[in-house]
Amino acid sequence: MVCTLILALALPLQLSVDAGLFPDVLNPYYLHLLTIIGMNIILVASLNLLNGYLGEFALGHAGFMAVGAYTAALLATKALPSAAALPPVLGTCIILVVTLGGAMLMAAGIGYLIGLVTFKTVGDYLAIITLGFNMIIVNAIQNLDFVGGPRGFTGIPKNTNFLAVAVCALLTLGLLRNLIQSSFGRVWVSIRENAIAAELMGVSIAKAKNWAFTIAAAFAGLAGGLWAQNQQFITPRSFDYIKTTEILVMLYLGGMASLSGSILGVVAYTLLMELLRNLLSAFAPQLAEWRMLISPLILIVIMLTRQTGLLGNREWRWLRPRQGA
Amino acid sequence: MGLRITDLTKSFGGLTAVDGFNLELGDRDLQGIIGPNGAGKTTVFNLITGVYAPDRGQIQLGERPVSGLPSDAIARAGIARTFQNIRLFAQMTVLDNITMALHARAGYWLWEAAFRTGNFHRQEARLLAESREHLARFGLLDRQRESAGSLPYGEQRRLEIARALATGPKVLLLDEPAAGMNPREVEELIQLIQQVHRDFSLAILLIEHQLPVVMELCREVQVLDFGQTIASGAPQEVVRNPLVIEAYLGEEEAPA
Repeated sequence: MVCTLILALALPLQLSVDAGLFPDVLNPYYLHLLTIIGMNIILVASLNLLNGYLGEFALGHAGFMAVGAYTAALLATKALPSAAALPPVLGTCIILVVTLGGAMLMAAGIGYLIGLVTFKTVGDYLAIITLGFNMIIVNAIQNLDFVGGPRGFTGIPKNTNFLAVAVCALLTLGLLRNLIQSSFGRVWVSIRENAIAAELMGVSIAKAKNWAFTIAAAFAGLAGGLWAQNQQFITPRSFDYIKTTEILVMLYLGGMASLSGSILGVVAYTLLMELLRNLLSAFAPQLAEWRMLISPLILIVIMLTRQTGLLGNREWRWLRPRQGA
Repeated sequence: MGLRITDLTKSFGGLTAVDGFNLELGDRDLQGIIGPNGAGKTTVFNLITGVYAPDRGQIQLGERPVSGLPSDAIARAGIARTFQNIRLFAQMTVLDNITMALHARAGYWLWEAAFRTGNFHRQEARLLAESREHLARFGLLDRQRESAGSLPYGEQRRLEIARALATGPKVLLLDEPAAGMNPREVEELIQLIQQVHRDFSLAILLIEHQLPVVMELCREVQVLDFGQTIASGAPQEVVRNPLVIEAYLGEEEAPA
């Protein structure tokens, strides 16, 4: 229901902004904000699979995003014809499916490998390995000249828009919800609740964990692929641990093990940051950079006052199972 | 033969926690292991379920050797257990604790779950019905939506037994199920174990500290002390054995 509603609103919204209707109310800036929110929802919801449901503490999500972003950028610029050479709407759709599919596959493959490496490590060790992976990815890209190295990857065609991001975000939420409310999700949560008991109920912890890592990485890759084709310019530094921290802040702000919380956390955080930016640049431009202090501050305040985040592990009705289970 | 254990031995540093343990547990047998604290009873269970690898000895489930397999493989082979300190999935609902235990028989693939295929809905409905039936059998159906951690102690014990049985085991290991229970709860527990033994086709091996529980339930018991079997046989005879009385006298009153 809610999904249909959002999509029903997204299409005319995109079209009217593209057509320049009502420029005062529906300006591209708002649409840009919504696009950012959509991509962040994909990132936060997929990290939630690991940090919220599986109960791990993974710190490398921006690394998977980088893999997806660079894969999509390479596919879009080097492997595929430009959208102009193809039929208008269908062509863009095909390009998106190929680039995003490639981004997801590549990130999933790396996520699978990370899952293999972290086999049997939990807690601090897993956090450090994933953080290390994030730094390796960023440094590796900085040294790869054919993707622009530290200068960044330029000239990526703008193949996405708000509509595409909205569709991807809803698909992500739907698929993650379906998985979480299945036998696979129950196994993930049982590992979080009591890994020894889960193992003695016949769960192969390594296998279950590896699936979760692969899936979470794939969706981070999807967000990266969308990001690259939306910003049209990516640099390795936009995917370093600062981005990972930002994803974590949004996750903890909204609440662990709740997809509704992920959405709420992203919306609240993104709007707050934008609001601050506008306020500061209007009234105290010399303090503009201090904005970046806010996000770690939010994290500290959440940890001190409300560790369950805004929503705890509650879910809105449309993200709960449809049957009266 | 349900479970056959020969010469099971495990040392930690200089301490031999289990020393040459033997067991023959028939298909529908109900046997007990008793002994004072620190006698090595739980270590036996940890060896059977693969939590520790034995230094020496064989464990056979039916015809299949299981010693040395990882825990999850042993569990899937048909050995389920409960824990001395209850290990439920506290934040999951009572129902999900049971449905989770059916994961090995879920009957759908990951992509089927992601895209909600017809097969997924059919299998999930089957899992749900099976879980509810199971909960009803243990009198926990009206608790199904509550989180497992919020149940009173006695019901948590019951849920843990129900969860272990949901995996469809051939052998059920119960680690001090009566620990921390009042006399009335102990009486209910004895009835529950008798009922499980009657209704399910499986063998039960029971660790217990409280002698009355073992006396009432088991056909045969072994007494462990310092990792060694000091007596075995029918419970009424074993408790008259001077060695057993001595082992118990150190910390508890002599068995009645």
